[in-house]
Amino acid sequence: MKKIRVIARLDIKNEFVIKGIHLEGLRKVGNPNILAKKYYEEGIDEIIFMDAVAAYYDRNSLSEIIERACRDVFIPITVGGGIRTIEDIQKALNSGADKVAINTQAIHRPEFITEASEVFGSQCIVSSIVAKQIAENSWEAYIDNGREPTGIDVLEWAKKVESLGAGEIMLTSIDKEGTKKGFDLALNQAVSSIVSIPIIASGGMKCSRDAIVLLENSQIDAVAMASTLHYKLETIEAIKHQLSENNIKVRV
Amino acid sequence: MKIVVVDYDMGNVRSILNAFEHIGITPILSRDKDEILKADGVVLPGVGAFAHGMKNLHMYGLVEVLQAYAKRDKPLLGICLGMQMLLEESEEFGVTQGLGIVEGKVVKLPSEDNESEKLPHVSWNEIVSNSVWDHTILQGVSERVDMYFVHSYMAIPKENDTILSTTQYAKSQFCSSLKKGNIYGCQFHPEKSGEIGLKILKNFVTIVKETKDV
Repeated sequence: MKKIRVIARLDIKNEFVIKGIHLEGLRKVGNPNILAKKYYEEGIDEIIFMDAVAAYYDRNSLSEIIERACRDVFIPITVGGGIRTIEDIQKALNSGADKVAINTQAIHRPEFITEASEVFGSQCIVSSIVAKQIAENSWEAYIDNGREPTGIDVLEWAKKVESLGAGEIMLTSIDKEGTKKGFDLALNQAVSSIVSIPIIASGGMKCSRDAIVLLENSQIDAVAMASTLHYKLETIEAIKHQLSENNIKVRV
Repeated sequence: MKIVVVDYDMGNVRSILNAFEHIGITPILSRDKDEILKADGVVLPGVGAFAHGMKNLHMYGLVEVLQAYAKRDKPLLGICLGMQMLLEESEEFGVTQGLGIVEGKVVKLPSEDNESEKLPHVSWNEIVSNSVWDHTILQGVSERVDMYFVHSYMAIPKENDTILSTTQYAKSQFCSSLKKGNIYGCQFHPEKSGEIGLKILKNFVTIVKETKDV
């Protein structure tokens, strides 16, 4: 069985790691470079940096932070927020990132996923899907970091991005994000049962128990967490230990 | 000591340079033929498609240069696609000729109709020894340690004893690192595999030093 990846998600605004609830009401929680290095040393498997306001303000400003992080952190790094062009991706990779997460631009121009995966390989292209529940077993995709509804059905969109060439999906639940009430199980089950590319579940994790419930009941490949780590609710070591105790394979 | 990282526009060289700098080595990023031929150690990185990688090596006139360098059995480390291109050919997007430095070919990882085993293989995964690791890039690395993999194709070296380690994915065991003399390849990314990955790069540097001193 494949190892489940334990991922730290750092949402960034104006050079600070921030955390909100439902992607709103953002509060500063620390310095991205210090936190990235700390989580790396504590054994995180991967780090995702998301520019929380890039898509909204039409800019892309993470490269300095990424460049600095990549000098201290020797695990895979994904960068998202404001990625609009092939040049944006090239810039992120040149800074030391391994993958880029794309949401808004893919909704505006789905063929961007295909173009990007043809140039950089699908392993490099993470489709970031931000979902808000609208009915039982039905979710709508949002863009601009969860601000704008699109009218697009998340399940249809997930299948579409897979066929367009995305290598992974990062699935964020707006409803659960920042709430520390656990992952949106139905959402993660629904998406992971219809696509065969790896899925990173994001939004809602408080502690290892939430990850265990999710992983035991879905085909999810990776769990992203923010509050758990930023607010020191549980250590990375303890999370991995708990996963192992529950027969979920992780890197130790 | 001069270590050259081959610059042929294929993927993330920044992290490889960073990783070497972190262990106290400043490599030269270059596609200059003389620089490569005069190097004490060469790293061939690469992320992306085999055919695209070979096309770029041809475009920069580096195929013969790398072959000539390898012929003298000087230390060479191919990483990911860089390892795959050491072999003779790949079936990715039709058959493409590789560098032919190591006998064998590259084929697609067998994918199973099992939801937990998807392609590309993007995961931390264990490396298991297939031959002696002492005095290789894997010296002092613990058996079954996790390394970071991102790939859909696997190398099949013709000679089993060139395989340093194997890794299990789906139902297949593939070659996750190889050695032929001072020519090394790893399918995983040492520059993205935490402290153990850095150790592997340090081992490569040690091999470069020892080879240079001889």
